[in-house]
Amino acid sequence: MTETPIAIEARNAVKSFGQGAVAVRALDDVSVQIRRGEFFTLLGPSGCGKTTLLRLIAGFETPTSGQILLGGEDITHLPPNKRPVNTVFQSYALFPHLSVAQNIAFGLEMQNRPRAEVAATVARMLALVQLEPMANRKTSQLSGGQQQRVALARALAPTPKVLLLDEPLSALDLKLRKEMQIELKRLQQETGITFVFVTHDQEEALTMSDRIAVMSAGHIQQVGSPRDIYTRPANRFVASFIGETNFLTGTSDGTRVVLGNGAAVDVTAPKGPVTLAIRPEQVRIAGVDGGGMPATVASTVYFGTDTHLHLTLSDGTAVVARQQSPAAGGIDAPKGAQVGITLPTDALQVLGE
Amino acid sequence: MSSAETKAEAARTRSAWLLSLPALVVLVFAASGPLLIVLAYSFLTPGQYGNVVWDFDLSGWIGILYTKDIFDGTWGLADAHLTIFWRSVKLSLMTTAITFAVGFPTAWFIATRPAKQRAFWLFLITIPFWTNLLIRTVAINEVIRNEGLLNTSLIWLGVISEPIRIIYTDTAVLIGMAYVYLPLMVLPLFAAIDRFDMRLLEAGYDLYASRLRVLRRVILPIVKPGIIAGSILVFVPSLGAYVTPRVLGGGKNMMIGNFIELQFGQGRNWPLGAALSMTLLVVVMVALLVYVRAANKGDNPHG
Amino acid sequence: MAERSFEVARLPGFKFIAITAFVLLYMPIITLVVYSFNSGQSVAVWEGFSLDWYGKAWANEAVKGATYRSLIIAASASAIATTVATMAALGTTRRKAFKGQTFIYVMINQPLMVPEIVTAVALLIFFASIKVATGYNGLIYLIIAHAAFCIPFAYLPIRARLEGMDLTLETAAADLYASHWQTFRRVTLPLMLPGIIAGAMLAFVISLDDVVITEFVKSGGQDTLPTYMLGQMRRAVTPEVNAISTVLLALTVVLLTAFFLLTRKND
Repeated sequence: MTETPIAIEARNAVKSFGQGAVAVRALDDVSVQIRRGEFFTLLGPSGCGKTTLLRLIAGFETPTSGQILLGGEDITHLPPNKRPVNTVFQSYALFPHLSVAQNIAFGLEMQNRPRAEVAATVARMLALVQLEPMANRKTSQLSGGQQQRVALARALAPTPKVLLLDEPLSALDLKLRKEMQIELKRLQQETGITFVFVTHDQEEALTMSDRIAVMSAGHIQQVGSPRDIYTRPANRFVASFIGETNFLTGTSDGTRVVLGNGAAVDVTAPKGPVTLAIRPEQVRIAGVDGGGMPATVASTVYFGTDTHLHLTLSDGTAVVARQQSPAAGGIDAPKGAQVGITLPTDALQVLGE
Repeated sequence: MSSAETKAEAARTRSAWLLSLPALVVLVFAASGPLLIVLAYSFLTPGQYGNVVWDFDLSGWIGILYTKDIFDGTWGLADAHLTIFWRSVKLSLMTTAITFAVGFPTAWFIATRPAKQRAFWLFLITIPFWTNLLIRTVAINEVIRNEGLLNTSLIWLGVISEPIRIIYTDTAVLIGMAYVYLPLMVLPLFAAIDRFDMRLLEAGYDLYASRLRVLRRVILPIVKPGIIAGSILVFVPSLGAYVTPRVLGGGKNMMIGNFIELQFGQGRNWPLGAALSMTLLVVVMVALLVYVRAANKGDNPHG
Repeated sequence: MAERSFEVARLPGFKFIAITAFVLLYMPIITLVVYSFNSGQSVAVWEGFSLDWYGKAWANEAVKGATYRSLIIAASASAIATTVATMAALGTTRRKAFKGQTFIYVMINQPLMVPEIVTAVALLIFFASIKVATGYNGLIYLIIAHAAFCIPFAYLPIRARLEGMDLTLETAAADLYASHWQTFRRVTLPLMLPGIIAGAMLAFVISLDDVVITEFVKSGGQDTLPTYMLGQMRRAVTPEVNAISTVLLALTVVLLTAFFLLTRKND
């Protein structure tokens, strides 16, 4: 199998703001390779450095040290107007004094493309984002979703090598956001352009991306496919940031881990104290005398089709189990009930630090 | 910080200065610079036919309060000057008080209008604010002069038989200044009241306060920065007023501004005029410092 | 019977004082305008509508000259003030604090702080010696003096406009291949244009209205409309002055209305 070529790469990128004692390292020695044609997401809480990395790629910031490479070529010190990279801004940044069509034409005109080509591309872009009737409107007359489409069309019009999207959906309401997620995915597949998408919304990242880089405190914690990230989180941060997770501490002798309540599970882990993670939906619940570890139901939270059971183990460890609501076939375990739980070995994940 | 970033910052500072330079040149040439010449002139000897002789002399500064007897050459307290200073301060303070008494209810009224009407009322205040001071002085003159609207109406109504003489008195100057400077009081008061959280009034009434006590204990303390701002914005131009006392006060009811002019005209005492100008400038600067401190306090109530 | 509900924001007597204030504020101006159309000599008696005083004012060579000078000075001074204020606003806004920033702010706002009479006296002394030294007595002195005190008025709306402008728009332009100059020409300048026009109009009004500084700086025969009126006020007031005032007033109202429409926040 041949390797997909690398579209954009950050090599040991460091970015600090301020100086001396108050200096903040927004990015701390970050290296990442983004493949041509993929939908790549930078995911993390605010302040994790994801937007800084995006701005380094766009050229709005210069790294304190390290390099940015585009198709293998060093572009670290190239100004943004000379980089074949376009951005969809969080606030859209549509020019209020220009019409929709003029906004879309802006980048092409700056590149001095022939007039006929500009007109043709603008028409194609308007069709792509389904805004043909709005061509001559002022951008202030558009709805949020429409402005979003203009911003996308404007950034796609010059056919950049990489399209950067800085939390573009955060200003939209839930329903529109879902629609735009599908729309974005479609645009990416139709154009074949590499998308680098920044978000703090884990669900958005999981549903849209080919690969995700989870970031925290200026570092990349893990890079992988959505499935990898969810089922095989590399560390405690990734496990807790993506979805809900139970953490269980215990002591490993190499092949078995003895948990706090004295029960043992067959998991291979380095000797010494370890942390195990398990998703709530993978905790199995049996009836009162169904065997497994004894646990008490501390409270139940009803979510419609699902119910979350907040359980307490005999040593006081809290565990959340998610199961179908009783009406859908789940066990009816009211508050105070005694149940037994089992933790499937293949669902248990051993975490680093 | 890397040397590249230091360099970039130096370049930004340089471009800020270069872009501001043309404005600074005009201002130094025709606004700030000449003030230094006034300062220098205040220490020179008056020339016989105006202008100055380039000899160091403190008589300009001494002349503010004292005057030389023409016959025996002794210095005595200049009563005429003191009368002018006292009139200037008194009329300015009274103008401030009157504009506050009228301006506060007006600003409150505007601020409590429904949002759509507010812009209209505010615009009504803004038009006189930007209208030529001389025109407004002419307008008030039309009302208060002997054959003006006020007197003719009163005579026509039979209230009086002879016109009341207001024009060319201190009262005329006071009415005129209160009239022309009222918008200067209303606008900052409005800005302060507009920021005022009206729910605090509900809290005040909920806690058994009467309307008067809500006004005194809740509203006035909170809008105080606006009151100080408005008062100084009225007091400062009142003190330096020139047009209004000249038109409505006639030749006799001079204020500092007219007195300064006199020194450069018939008085032929440029050093005294320069010293008076510098004194007025210092008084106004002190008042403005108070204003700036009050304004900063208003921005940051917890500071 | 329905009780009137308790109005929290109502303070007794305030509405009455406010309405009275508005009446008192406008009554003199309206009187002045109305009597500029009176066919008789006096303000006391209304003798019928006529445009005589406008005709008389316009036939007066002195008024014609003063109008011409007022317009020349206001146009030139506001052009100079707006140009240098636009540059200064570009230099001083939207950047991190830099050395000397406060100094520049104080310098630009200085004409708003110093009493007019003091500036007038200072310019009288300064320009008098230049006039003696060069022998030149033209309008340039008035134009430069007006330009200086118009700068803060031109600067404030331009600066406000720039500060309210979304910085990412320029970033977006750079992202879309625009050079520094193209970004300025195609994005920054069109967006700040309403501020520039507003600043120019304000400067024009301020220059047109000036009395004190003009009175001290002008050479013989250089009356502007306001100083001409001030001179007339020494004698008995004639409705001719009212007519000139009304024209100036109308000009101010028109320019101010345009100014408000331009600076309304609705992009």
